[in-house]
Amino acid sequence: MADTPKIELSNVHKNFGRKVVLDGIDLTVRAGHSMVVIGGSGTGKSVMLKCVLGLIKPTSGSIKVDGQEVTRLSERDREEVLKKFGMLFQSGALFDSLKIWENVAFALIQGEHMDRRKARDIAMEKLAKVGLGAEVGDLNPSELSGGMQKRVGLARAIAHDPEIVFFDEPTTGLDPIMADVINQLIVDTVKDMGATALSITHDMASARKIADDMAMIHKGKIIWTGAAREVDTCGNPYVDQFVNGRAEGPIQMEVLKA
Amino acid sequence: MNLLALVGSAVLTFLAEVGALSQFTMKALRASFAPPIYLRLIGMQMLRIGYFSLPVVGMTAFFTGGVLALQIFIGGSRFNAEGFVANIVAIGITRELGPVIAGLMVAGRVSAAIAAEIGTMRVTEQIDALVTLSTNPFKYLVAPRLIAAVISMPLLVVIADIIGVFGGFVVGTQSLGFNPIVYIGNTVDFIEFDDVSSGLIKSAVFGFIIALMGCYSGYRSQGGAQGVGRATTNAVVSASILILAANYVMTSVFFSS
Repeated sequence: MADTPKIELSNVHKNFGRKVVLDGIDLTVRAGHSMVVIGGSGTGKSVMLKCVLGLIKPTSGSIKVDGQEVTRLSERDREEVLKKFGMLFQSGALFDSLKIWENVAFALIQGEHMDRRKARDIAMEKLAKVGLGAEVGDLNPSELSGGMQKRVGLARAIAHDPEIVFFDEPTTGLDPIMADVINQLIVDTVKDMGATALSITHDMASARKIADDMAMIHKGKIIWTGAAREVDTCGNPYVDQFVNGRAEGPIQMEVLKA
Repeated sequence: MNLLALVGSAVLTFLAEVGALSQFTMKALRASFAPPIYLRLIGMQMLRIGYFSLPVVGMTAFFTGGVLALQIFIGGSRFNAEGFVANIVAIGITRELGPVIAGLMVAGRVSAAIAAEIGTMRVTEQIDALVTLSTNPFKYLVAPRLIAAVISMPLLVVIADIIGVFGGFVVGTQSLGFNPIVYIGNTVDFIEFDDVSSGLIKSAVFGFIIALMGCYSGYRSQGGAQGVGRATTNAVVSASILILAANYVMTSVFFSS
């Protein structure tokens, strides 16, 4: 049953001037599955996500979404493809000048030109799904805590029922309880919508909870990929060192040498 | 060798900036003329750029008109030109000082505010978020500000012209002893349509420059709070310089004979 992978990156390179960030990324994300990419800070995880969305243009390589090449699209075609996506940003990235419900309903009002009252109802529904009451809807983003902002960000990302959801370090900066709340929400909403999920994180607890498949990125390359449950037994020394959080190992030596 | 490399790198950086600004301007213009046009956002921006700049522009215009009257009276006495205060204030304000000084004051106020707002959105990933929510940042953020500024500046300058001439009137009649009726008569008789219209065209161009440099600097900010601070400064400085340069070009085009 060889379905078209939902997202496929082949030999993707990205340089910023002379700095090489992505050095030949090969990654396949299966439809309806949750892929988590782990790796140290500064290894290119965020850049990879932004290349898929077209926020950054890769220097070379191919990125396919549902079999369609997305690296060299016209603006109009790209806007069509982006409608399939929703993204939760690391710091929420809520729009300060709008109320919470207007943030959540943004894709509906702007993208689908929905009537404001109907969009507000849907926004309240999605807020309830992430465990936030209706009274939160009329607040401003600056009045919320970090955990609440992330939950609003999640509600906003899924409001238009996208097929693909990206999570950029969803649990970073949260206390352990809130982190688990977010992990659970991610698992529930993704299963609920039958969506494909691609997350990047260096929080192993979060990764284990939300992943079907995992991949590890190191120095701009994917050095291992496999089912989530195999991550502890895969035998790759880099993965091993990362997963167990050891200062000693192949990764540290590269850092000292540089 | 090193000196040549320095010069070369400076030239290349300058050309790269010019190129980046041109590309940004093209994108902004395309976004301004294609749907969707966010009327509500344009309205909000006109309020912030136009209406809220009234106090600053009004006060600046009043004092500028007053000072101009004073200087022309005192300086003009060297060659018996004191009688021309009303005429020269009117022409000077409508042609040059109204648009340019209003432009510079609004540049300081508005260009900085736009750069700060868009710069903060950039460093908190809000602009990327817009893209993921099917919204073109140029149409949503840049175009409304450009359109609002191009419409608001001429309106502001009309008011600046009136207040500026009034400032000259106050000084002329209170301190310099001109007869009010004669003063107003001179103002009205010697002002021509071209004086006012050239000033208004200039102000529309200045509005474009102000909004463009604010959006451009903000859009390209990097690196957190310091980056936004740099962007704000760059916006004001580049807007001001471009206003003065454009003023020279337009003046030579309008009034060459």
